Amino acid sequence: MPFTHTLQVIGHRTIDAVWRIGLATRFFALTLMYSGTSFRRFHLIIKELFSTGVMSLIIIIVAGLFVGMVLGLQGYETLQRYGSESALGVMVALGLVRELGPVVAALLFASRAGSAMTAEIGLMKATEQISAMEMMAVNPIARIVAPRFWAGVISMPLLAAMFSAVGVFGGYFVGVIQIGVDEGSFWSQMQAAVDFREDILNGVLKSFVFGTVVTVIALFEGFDAPPTAEGVSGATTRTVVTSSLAILMLDFVLTAIMFRGN
Amino acid sequence: MVEISDLHFAYDKRAILKGINMSLQKGKLIAIMGSSGCGKTTLLRHIGGVLKPTKGYVKISGQVIHELDQHNLYAMRRKMGMLFQFGALFTDMSVFDNVAFQMREHTTLPEELIHDLVLMKLHAVGLRGTQKLMPSELSGGMARRVALARTVALDPMLIMYDEPFAGLDPISLRVVGDLIRRLNDALGATSVVVTHDVQESLKIVDYVYFMENGTIAAEGTPEEIRASDKAFVRQFVHGEIDGPVPFHYPGGDYRQELNLSV
Repeated sequence: MPFTHTLQVIGHRTIDAVWRIGLATRFFALTLMYSGTSFRRFHLIIKELFSTGVMSLIIIIVAGLFVGMVLGLQGYETLQRYGSESALGVMVALGLVRELGPVVAALLFASRAGSAMTAEIGLMKATEQISAMEMMAVNPIARIVAPRFWAGVISMPLLAAMFSAVGVFGGYFVGVIQIGVDEGSFWSQMQAAVDFREDILNGVLKSFVFGTVVTVIALFEGFDAPPTAEGVSGATTRTVVTSSLAILMLDFVLTAIMFRGN
Repeated sequence: MVEISDLHFAYDKRAILKGINMSLQKGKLIAIMGSSGCGKTTLLRHIGGVLKPTKGYVKISGQVIHELDQHNLYAMRRKMGMLFQFGALFTDMSVFDNVAFQMREHTTLPEELIHDLVLMKLHAVGLRGTQKLMPSELSGGMARRVALARTVALDPMLIMYDEPFAGLDPISLRVVGDLIRRLNDALGATSVVVTHDVQESLKIVDYVYFMENGTIAAEGTPEEIRASDKAFVRQFVHGEIDGPVPFHYPGGDYRQELNLSV
């Protein structure tokens, strides 16, 4: 009996998970389908860019600076063992542009902007604002979801770029100003080794994918949240957990595809 | 104006509406009363085309609502207004923007004209001075009045009110009741008020339907309702604790549950 019960529970959860993936995909397709209004009235996207992008800047800049400083310290510690401390600039820049920039910025974005989007839309649903909009013959996916989606997709690569840029400066501050690594080799080796297409464009592509995934998860969880306090809090938690796992898993897949054989 | 014929609706297998017949005449203010869970709000959602009946239909201006596609349903909803229980004002917009919302979404009126129209609507509910406030800065009664101004923003021909008196102090209650009557007469609209508040609504409405357990238990003018000798209507109108609507929810034997020996 307990065995059959366990099987039943696993079966139920699997079916439920597949259902939710299906619903989220349909939701994503509808969001794309109803995106026309957002582009015709671009001020709707700009308003959301402020709350998702600009309001996330502080956390991204501070985190980027510290991550870059840690990279500078750890990188110097390892490289000086082999007498290669002049390659510190390359290590910091590649680490940030290829990996840490897109990934850490996306994790912070999921916690800061993603959770806020879920909570906002969940509360709009709980207070009947979404029903009210539908009764006013205004499609909530076109008016509420699509502008937020595009704001997330646009702001994520910009935030990741900001994270990497500030991180490089953090590495420079620790490596060159504090420790005394040669400034010329720090910059020139970085300039020579970082490839625009291979490294920077791939990093931007990663952050674009992460931005899309995090924003869709956040908006879907908010839209799908049961209209209660408990429902909204559960949806907010799910947004952060699911997006974080999705970012890390997708990062592996994308890295495997992009940098294979390099 | 609105014709409801043999309307049935069930959630899964639980029947909520069991054959409702109503005829709502143009220019009239109609109340639908009944205890909690009797199907009043479900009926309102059928009129707004949010739910589809399992049998029967709602016809507005000769069109069967549940047979309309999304485009035509939205076209129909532009002629409707609905006031939600707690107003459902958009919390990220000011009072002015809330009232202007439908005008901006559905018309190409210049902003100067929208400005004047919004001020006229707000003036009609006595809240012109609140135009710059956010919904969080309003009291419950004021939020309900702003929502009322938003509901009538495009001069609808059918206005629905879902529990408009819930949670209001006596002054706000009188103000909202008076506004519902005056706006209906000024617009020449048809209004449907779903409410528990017998005394306030009997003062303002033209006709009353009493719902009980998914059916129409009684109907008539306010005078007929006050004079009714039906036990259910008497219990409801006079707020008697026990009657056809029992005080006790059905349960097991009381003595047995308290483990008392007979």
